[in-house]
Amino acid sequence: MFTPGADPGSSFPELLRRVGLTPATTSGEVGAELSMPHATTCVALRFGDGVIMAGDRRATSGNLISHRGMEKVVQADLHSGVAIAGAAGPAMEMVKLFQLQLEHYEKVEGSALSLEGKANQLSMMVRGNLPAAMQGMVVVPIFAGYDLRRANGRLFTYDVTGGRYEEHDYVATGSGMLHAGTVIKMGWRDNLTRDAAVALACRSLWEAADADSATGGPDVLRGIYPVVATITADGWARLDDSELVGVYETIATEVRAR
Amino acid sequence: MNMPFYVAPEQVMKDRADYARKGIARGRALVAVRYVDGIALVAENPSNTLRKISEIYDRIAFAGVGKYNEFDQLRVAGVRAADLKGYQYSRDDVDARSLANNYAQILGQIFTHEMKPMEVEILVAEVGVTGEGDQLFHILYDGTVMDERRYTVLGGDAEAIGGRMKDTFAEGQALSDAVQEATKALSGPDRSLTADDLEVAILSRSNGRRCFRRLSDEAVAAALAG
Repeated sequence: MFTPGADPGSSFPELLRRVGLTPATTSGEVGAELSMPHATTCVALRFGDGVIMAGDRRATSGNLISHRGMEKVVQADLHSGVAIAGAAGPAMEMVKLFQLQLEHYEKVEGSALSLEGKANQLSMMVRGNLPAAMQGMVVVPIFAGYDLRRANGRLFTYDVTGGRYEEHDYVATGSGMLHAGTVIKMGWRDNLTRDAAVALACRSLWEAADADSATGGPDVLRGIYPVVATITADGWARLDDSELVGVYETIATEVRAR
Repeated sequence: MNMPFYVAPEQVMKDRADYARKGIARGRALVAVRYVDGIALVAENPSNTLRKISEIYDRIAFAGVGKYNEFDQLRVAGVRAADLKGYQYSRDDVDARSLANNYAQILGQIFTHEMKPMEVEILVAEVGVTGEGDQLFHILYDGTVMDERRYTVLGGDAEAIGGRMKDTFAEGQALSDAVQEATKALSGPDRSLTADDLEVAILSRSNGRRCFRRLSDEAVAAALAG
């Protein structure tokens, strides 16, 4: 137990500092020859009942595919999710710490953080990663969730310095962001239905994979499909692969008919 | 120079224990009981905001009776210890037994070394993957740990409540039966408790990763109605 002056309150990162468990920061330049896995394209968009998040499954090291089944879109807590692009190692650690912080706060305080509070928390973590980002280990997440107080879905995007920007309609990040973002921009309408929004998100990843070598498309041989999840008032729900098979078959048929 | 009066150590310990027990007996009691899908925790607590029962980790719950600020301090220490251990090693390595030992150390230390013992009794409950793995650790103000198998009672009047539980407990009972039986045991023959007077939470095996869930007043009323 801590004395009142040294008490870390409901902050888990602060608790880690107090007990001396902060991860060591790297110093010096990360050489080009030290290639580490990078995670690529993720998108998020608002629809009638909340938000949809989607991300491809590929991680690359230079010109090699290092993982085919990486999950870059993960649940943060019941009503929010986070998607990451950038250096896979630091990004995964950041997501793990973020999930823990949200749960830790909820348990210590007895109630969950507001969506705004969660977004700010992530902003601080991204800022904390700035020294590593200067050495090439850039982590830029998307944060999306359902705001129970305002009763709508909200999207946040970040820059390497921890700058936080709220997006109204959709957001894309990673190496394929240009292609994925353009597809969503063309197809986005206010109050889309769930199915239409899922189809649009899948289509955007398809086009990104088509044009960007670091983005993975649906892998029918291995049965690997993007991670797609909806976040509504009922919470986080990840789509089953069996549903995605259908969505991608429709897209493939459309592309063949072109 | 003034010499302090000599007081026999037996007397000091006895006085402290009496003091702690009196403080605990003033508060209302709490029952934890196993049911078919996990563990139900039922507390007599008219407050809707100051909780006696709370979540510590995926499969672990905490409950305390006695002085609120003291058991709440212990609750937060437990959440921290569990989250740190889960972060450092793995979520599977966090277990109720080591947490109960931690609590016993803290309470024992305070009981022998501080001016005032903590006026609390706490419970650390863990729901297993199967019923065999369910664990209830009941820890007293002086750090005594008791490992219970079927149900446990914390707080004032524990003996009478425990006696009533013994008569009605059945292995593999449904949740509504467990809540009814705990409520009857808490109220005794002369009063009746409604959902408003109770705080009920469960550790349920079928609740996904985080097994802990609070029951709303409506859900408690429905369980009490049968």
